[in-house]
Amino acid sequence: MHNKTIAQLANELSTNRISSVELTQLFLDRINRLDNTLNSFITITTEKALQEAAKADSLRAAGNTNPLLGIPLAQKDIFCTQGIKTSCGSRMLDNFIAPYDATSVIQLQQAGTVLLGKTNMDEFAMGSSNENSYYGPVKNPWDTRCVPGGSSGGSAAAVAARLTPAATATDTGGSIRQPAALCGITGLKPTYGRISRYGMIAFASSLDQAGTMTKTAEDAAILLNAMAGFDERDSTSVNTPVPDYTASLNDSLQGLRIGMPKEFFGEGLNSDIAEAIQAAMKEYENLGAKLIDIELPNTGLSIPAYYVIAPAECSSNLARYDGVRYGYRCKNPVNLEDLYKRSRSEGFGKEVKRRIMIGTYVLSAGFYDAYYLKAQKIRHLISQDFAEAFKKVDIIIGPTTPSPAFAIGEKSNDPVSMYLSDIYTIAVNLAGLPGVSIPVGFTKNLPIGMQLIGPLFSEARLLNAAHRYQKITDWHAKTPEEFN
Amino acid sequence: MEWEIVIGLEVHAQLVTKSKIFSGASTAFGADPNTQACAIDLGFPGILPVLNKEATTMAIKLGLGIHAEIAARSVFARKNYFYPDLPKGYQISQFELPIVGKGYLDILMEDGTTKRIGITRAHLEEDAGKSLHEDFNGKTGIDLNRAGIPLLEIVSEPDMRSAKEAIAYLKALHALVRYLDICDGNMQEGSFRCDANVSIRKKGETRYGTRTELKNINSFRFVERAINYEVERQIALIENGGKVIQETRLYDPNKNETRPMRGKEEANDYRYFPDPDLLPLVITEEQIAAVRSQLPELPQQKRQRFIDAYGLSPYDANVLVSNRATATYFETVVTTSNNQPKLSANWVMGELSAALNKANIEITDSPVTAEQLGQLILRISDNTISGKIAKSIFEALWNKEGDVDHIIEKRGLKQVTDTGAIESLVDSLIAKYPDKVAEYRAGKEKLFGFFVGQAMKESGGKINPQQLNEWLKKKLA
Amino acid sequence: MSLTTADTKKIAQLAKLNLNEEEVALYTTQLSDIFNTISQMSAVNTQGIEPIAHSIELGQRVRPDQVTEINQRDTFQRLAPDVEAGLYLVPKVIETE
Repeated sequence: MHNKTIAQLANELSTNRISSVELTQLFLDRINRLDNTLNSFITITTEKALQEAAKADSLRAAGNTNPLLGIPLAQKDIFCTQGIKTSCGSRMLDNFIAPYDATSVIQLQQAGTVLLGKTNMDEFAMGSSNENSYYGPVKNPWDTRCVPGGSSGGSAAAVAARLTPAATATDTGGSIRQPAALCGITGLKPTYGRISRYGMIAFASSLDQAGTMTKTAEDAAILLNAMAGFDERDSTSVNTPVPDYTASLNDSLQGLRIGMPKEFFGEGLNSDIAEAIQAAMKEYENLGAKLIDIELPNTGLSIPAYYVIAPAECSSNLARYDGVRYGYRCKNPVNLEDLYKRSRSEGFGKEVKRRIMIGTYVLSAGFYDAYYLKAQKIRHLISQDFAEAFKKVDIIIGPTTPSPAFAIGEKSNDPVSMYLSDIYTIAVNLAGLPGVSIPVGFTKNLPIGMQLIGPLFSEARLLNAAHRYQKITDWHAKTPEEFN
Repeated sequence: MEWEIVIGLEVHAQLVTKSKIFSGASTAFGADPNTQACAIDLGFPGILPVLNKEATTMAIKLGLGIHAEIAARSVFARKNYFYPDLPKGYQISQFELPIVGKGYLDILMEDGTTKRIGITRAHLEEDAGKSLHEDFNGKTGIDLNRAGIPLLEIVSEPDMRSAKEAIAYLKALHALVRYLDICDGNMQEGSFRCDANVSIRKKGETRYGTRTELKNINSFRFVERAINYEVERQIALIENGGKVIQETRLYDPNKNETRPMRGKEEANDYRYFPDPDLLPLVITEEQIAAVRSQLPELPQQKRQRFIDAYGLSPYDANVLVSNRATATYFETVVTTSNNQPKLSANWVMGELSAALNKANIEITDSPVTAEQLGQLILRISDNTISGKIAKSIFEALWNKEGDVDHIIEKRGLKQVTDTGAIESLVDSLIAKYPDKVAEYRAGKEKLFGFFVGQAMKESGGKINPQQLNEWLKKKLA
Repeated sequence: MSLTTADTKKIAQLAKLNLNEEEVALYTTQLSDIFNTISQMSAVNTQGIEPIAHSIELGQRVRPDQVTEINQRDTFQRLAPDVEAGLYLVPKVIETE
């Protein structure tokens, strides 16, 4: 049962082969049994889950047929959940019981989903390995000596280990796609503005986007149907119609023009990954797609631009954590300065502090033009690269990451090499585009992810392309042995 | 050494919206602490701002009122600094691209001419909360009800050359925001706040001297005192071989002095950058035209009209237009008095204004209505009553004793204009005081006043003064 | 480019972070590395390129001027470390605006 997709579970539920309470209990049991190894959850909401499941069962009895009714899932601990601890992976918010729900939490609740718990993450979503959590690192279910990726490492690991059918996640520079790739699941980062950011704790506001971690593209479509939409409480929410993302999943790929950016296949790419991508491309050709070589000449600049823009925004977004109104406060502050400095120094972990420092520096007097303004111009160049490319192709395909999951501790003292692991994902955030990572193979028992990138609001097309691939392959159905 | 004073003012006007600039919390004054601070105002995690339409409309109104260009595209920026009354650790403001660009206000100088004061810009921003320094076990209390109230910061050019000019500019701006109904102008409650940038330079010098910024000036009187104090301080400093340092100084009205603020040493690295939670504010020509069509007549236009149409002096016109309600009152008086603008101006600025001040009442709550005062002036101008009697009727009106004609009737105050009656009164006085008449006729002309006084006394002041004069002159000759 | 420990201390002060000497040294090295990567940008010709703050080209939406929030002080202040009489308390602030 735990290996079934949302689509399959919905069928089980609707035909009364299992109740939501039973299904929920099944996943709660798995979490209790298996998560000691993985550490993918920060909070398990057993009681609430069973209550919501019972409610879903009674709604079903009353005739409700929402495809997500009674489906258990997990929320990344960055989404505010009313009455439930919302820590953002930080000591700073270890005592924060959110007094409100994020919009996307409400949407999923209204669709009838059941909240199993809150997943572990890199503190304030800053990291590519999930080693930066106050609650300890998350392990990769495929090899528990390795990282699951980050920042949505808990969500990715929990889905990969079948502790939940699906989880929410967020992506600022690759935080959905990279851990999805490293854990062998399907991770969707929609267009910026597609899912409300209200109640989602900010890291870098102009880049943050909520999305999904699922086994399949079909499940991502089902979840996106519930989560996408305009929210008047988010000024950057975009008011464009939400299609039924499941309706076009099976559309033909005949004539689909797929761009392969040469910058994504250059130096630094693991050869097994390169081969797996080439093999996947063959499958697409068999499905009728045309492969076209393209260029995204400014890809290499995405890392420097990102590591100016994201820290700049984060240094300001995280100034509110001052120990005054909520969150961590240091013991016995002697004066205001001491209150600020010790609360923040003791409440934040080292990567968060590092990024706050970078951001503070690039915005400080005399450096703004050279760093922040320059980065904004480069952001424009990167957007233009994609705009040019999408004149020639419908979607772009490449690897999600240059290498598979690395060992825990391997890069933790080398921030630059850690940052470079997001080389293929970051540009997508800078341009605000949708991207999805799907599993396309293995290297030494570790999953390989392939990234599909589309123009703004092309989620339906991306999920269609991902789904058609998943119908003729079974990489997405593989389960790590220990968790089968 | 002759010194020239250079002053620029930064005014923060709280806009009179019902809700805050980025949240739906109430802006009502005087609520219990933190009862009007919602998750947005408190800077809670994950919470996002959405802009209040009315705040932008009010900014456009001000822009049109100062003849400024309204930016087709303006940008909200974050001003980053830590302070307990600033919940997010940054203030949402506008920096490089403000909503209102360059404009000006014409102020009236003492000699009746006008001087144009440039306005650099005006931008929208959110107010901070309040720190309460009463002792809570040695701690400071923070009330965030004010956090997020919309402010318009209006920055002038350093165009003012004396404290008096600064006051004139400030009053003109104060009148403008109240005409536009965008700010209640209450300086005590802090809804109209002023910081002054003050420097001095030698007469003839073209470069500016080092300026200091004076804060915490919450009345027109204090603005003048603070500036004058600061100018004298700077002059004394320089003349004694010292140098002015650029700093923020706090005005202390109790001691009437300015002193440097402590603990602001890092305050000048605000790390402004565009707020990523908000998109550029786009304003169309149509929106501007719609606001323009709703604008009332503004103080400067009204002042000119009062001068042209009513023949008032620039000074009188300026006083009357400084408050929209006063101007409206005045015009009603003029109409009811059958067009007696000068007399109306004298009464509004004299008797009425004195009575209102004494009783500490706003003109809108005046016990004497504009119609009543107009009626009173009508009765003066048609010689029903004398000016002197009118004052006692004004008092009766103030005490709600009825309308003008009723009071005249009831008290028998109608002026004596009957020639026969006046002549016989004069005759009786000549008979009564033969010695005085003789002295007068012998050349002691001062005694004329004595006879006027006696006549007024005997008639209870009701006698028409012109007619009395004529008869006295004729009979005493 | 490389940072000095003085730079690191100055940034930490602006960001209200306490760093011990060991952390100052570590951050100075790491930030210098990061800025070396970032400095690649300076070689790029961005003449005539407009800076963009967002990937979406939309104008700011406005909401009607209505009071929509109710008093939730008790709910919010349950999360606060130190409150009295409805006020958030902080160590004595010396001087204010």
